[in-house]
Amino acid sequence: MTRVLAALTVWLATSLPALAFEPKPNELGFQPPASENMVRLEEFHNFSWTHINLMTIITAIVIFVLALLIWVAIRYNHKANPVPSKTTHNVLLEVIWTVVPVIILIVIAVPSYKLLFYLDRTANPDMTLKISGYQWGWTYSYPEHEGLEFNADIIPEAELAEYIPEGKGRRMLETYNPIVLPIEKNIQVLTTASDVIHAWTIPAFGIKKDAVPGRTNEAWVRITVPGIYYGQCSEICGISHASMPISVYAVPFEEYEAWIACVSGTGAESKADYPSRACVKSLGFDKYRNLQNASVKQEATNGASE
Amino acid sequence: MNAAHSATADHAHDDHGHHTPGFFTRWFMSTNHKDIGTLYIIFSICAALVGGWFSMMMRHELGDPGMQLAQNGHQWNVWVTAHGLIMVFFVVMPGLIGGFGNWFLPLMIGAPDMAFPRLNNISFWLIVPAFLLLVGSAFVPGVSAELLGAGTGWTVYPPLSSKLGHAGMSVDMAIFALHLAGASSILGAANMITTVFNMRAPGMTLHKMPLFVWAMLVTAFLLVLAVPVLGGAITMLLTDRNFGTAFFDPTGGGDPILYQHLFWFFGHPEVYIMILPAFGIISHIVSTFSKKPVFGYLGMAYAMVSIGVVGFIVWAHHMYTTGISVNTQAYFTAATLIIAVPTGIKIFSWIATMWGGSIEFKTPMLWAIGFIFLFTVGGVTGVVLANAGMDTSLHDTYYVVAHFHYVLSLGAVFGLFAGFYYWIGKMSGRMYPEWAGCLHFWITFIGVNLVFFPQHFLGLQGMPRRYVDYAAPIPPEHLQGPLVNPIEKIKWIMDQEYGLHLWNYVSTMGAYMTGGSVILFLLIVFYTLFFGKKASGNYWNVQPQCMTLEWTLPSPPPFHQFDIQPKIK
Repeated sequence: MTRVLAALTVWLATSLPALAFEPKPNELGFQPPASENMVRLEEFHNFSWTHINLMTIITAIVIFVLALLIWVAIRYNHKANPVPSKTTHNVLLEVIWTVVPVIILIVIAVPSYKLLFYLDRTANPDMTLKISGYQWGWTYSYPEHEGLEFNADIIPEAELAEYIPEGKGRRMLETYNPIVLPIEKNIQVLTTASDVIHAWTIPAFGIKKDAVPGRTNEAWVRITVPGIYYGQCSEICGISHASMPISVYAVPFEEYEAWIACVSGTGAESKADYPSRACVKSLGFDKYRNLQNASVKQEATNGASE
Repeated sequence: MNAAHSATADHAHDDHGHHTPGFFTRWFMSTNHKDIGTLYIIFSICAALVGGWFSMMMRHELGDPGMQLAQNGHQWNVWVTAHGLIMVFFVVMPGLIGGFGNWFLPLMIGAPDMAFPRLNNISFWLIVPAFLLLVGSAFVPGVSAELLGAGTGWTVYPPLSSKLGHAGMSVDMAIFALHLAGASSILGAANMITTVFNMRAPGMTLHKMPLFVWAMLVTAFLLVLAVPVLGGAITMLLTDRNFGTAFFDPTGGGDPILYQHLFWFFGHPEVYIMILPAFGIISHIVSTFSKKPVFGYLGMAYAMVSIGVVGFIVWAHHMYTTGISVNTQAYFTAATLIIAVPTGIKIFSWIATMWGGSIEFKTPMLWAIGFIFLFTVGGVTGVVLANAGMDTSLHDTYYVVAHFHYVLSLGAVFGLFAGFYYWIGKMSGRMYPEWAGCLHFWITFIGVNLVFFPQHFLGLQGMPRRYVDYAAPIPPEHLQGPLVNPIEKIKWIMDQEYGLHLWNYVSTMGAYMTGGSVILFLLIVFYTLFFGKKASGNYWNVQPQCMTLEWTLPSPPPFHQFDIQPKIK
């Protein structure tokens, strides 16, 4: 029995896909988390036996209702029960099915509020990323570094190979100028827009904020895993709504500083058409494409052998 | 009108046939609630075919990554907008409220007609030009002279819907369409409230009223209170667009978020407007086929009232990511979660009605049980989305699309079909073939679940709503489109390193299946109306303990019913 179980665990673990931070054909749930925000979001949502989470509660409710319906259909169909009862109410029962849902909702509300207030903002930002949406792309600026500002537009499929090595370019997700952000820093994210409403999001970071003209909205993230992350505009904004992706290279702080020096320096990269992309290339950040897959795979195998 | 009618009623008891208006007079100048109800139902089915055609095009488009049918993203946005507006304003509302409401509200309270029969007629005839304006808006300049139609989503958020985003007049046309549809709803609702309060048969106190009538009464109040706010919002948008005001224009001191508050102050009650009548229908069907009175009648009635009341104070849960303060989000989370309580009461009361019953699984009952289960699924994902924190991940993703289609496409629309099969014998005097109704149910049930369940996965993976194309590698030519070996195609998809193709493909296959079920439905309607068996007055053999007044009349009921007013003990 234990051998079967062990074999099953190994099979489950090794059949796990390489969990890159992007949508996968064989995935049913969230992209793997890359920040404490998303870790907490995932904890609140996903199945677990150790803490309160939405999936367990809603699945239990659905199975409970389904079980009642099946039981009623079997036990009280007209063949099994030719004479209907005359019951029309039962005060105790009605009180129970009012009070129990209230209790369930309170149980949900407690972690929900903890999560909500945690996600709201960071008290001590280490840096700020300013984002302005336009039809159809994003302007990013780094206020701590004067003059560091660039636009990020989608790379059409035909040009992917030109900018992303080894055919790893993701259709609909890559931008000419990617954003580069440091890991393990509290990043304040400010969003606005210059024409219509857009929404900036990175699923793996657990962040989504509307970019509204005339307003500045605040969110935050502390990225924990180096890698390449994608998001897409999440508020309908016109003809190219589906074609204004967000692409982030999250790297250790020293490499981030090297990138800052590169894009704001006087080298050839800073004068390229797409300075951020040129620096990402010359600093070799695309190494994280393979690393993130490898490291997660490694983790899964480690988990199995324990 | 009423007085004249009762004066002649004495000697016109049994010769209703004498009252035979010509075709034009009967259908175009009608003051008869049943005929107007029939017009609404026909209209609703026609609009559903148009709205459904848009959904088929959209699902076909998303069956593979890349562009299939849509010429560009704007055309896609026009489809999304038209599908949403048509289904909400021209299918579900006319079907449930105008159709079944008109037909059965007077019958169930023992009234000869609606309180204002001619108002009733204008309510219907306003909705036809409204629909034509909306469809027409797809053929006039939208964003620019080249990009036709309003591609704003059914929410019509400025600045995308302002001159900035849509310079052409199609948004103006869409606004006028909503004005007319809104006026139609408000007039119809006022008519229903008046009818319920003034024309109930003697002895029918509010607490003896059938639950469908309760549902219509609450719905009518929601309409009267909510729709004018939409009217205000879109009129402000209209003046922003054409007369230089700046209500929603930040460059003039206005605020785009103000529009969202106004829209959702209408928009959230609107979703209950669509589902409450279905609640009423389901209650009667469950009771009839279980041969038991509805369990916890008062709880059921007041659950609907409290859903209606609370429905007005939860609107900003559609706006969690707009930058409203964290405390506001916290309030709306609490208010929204509370809605689950009366909804739970309804679900459990329906099951308790079946408990101890002697259930017959006729077609309407299948739809009703399907409704209860699928509404539960849509309800619990609503509880997930109610949490403002959780919504950070799920807002504007396919998870939301899955959620609201479970409560609307699988909730309200199942209510429509349940009501149709339950009452078609009463309305037309002819029965549908039972086996065909069951077949239609099962194909639809499997089809819509294939369409919408996988969309939860897409949403969790991060696929945003209203996308004409999604992140996934384009398949080789021989694996494109629906007419390929599905196993080979899925194998290819699973071999890719990334992409949202798989569940989009499954969802699209489900849509073709659902499309097929619609054709079957049309055949059933055709067969029933022309070749169906004659229906008796009480063809479901509704037991005395579940009886409502429509079953005391022949099928179809006479042109004017209740010449002798029924009395309720």
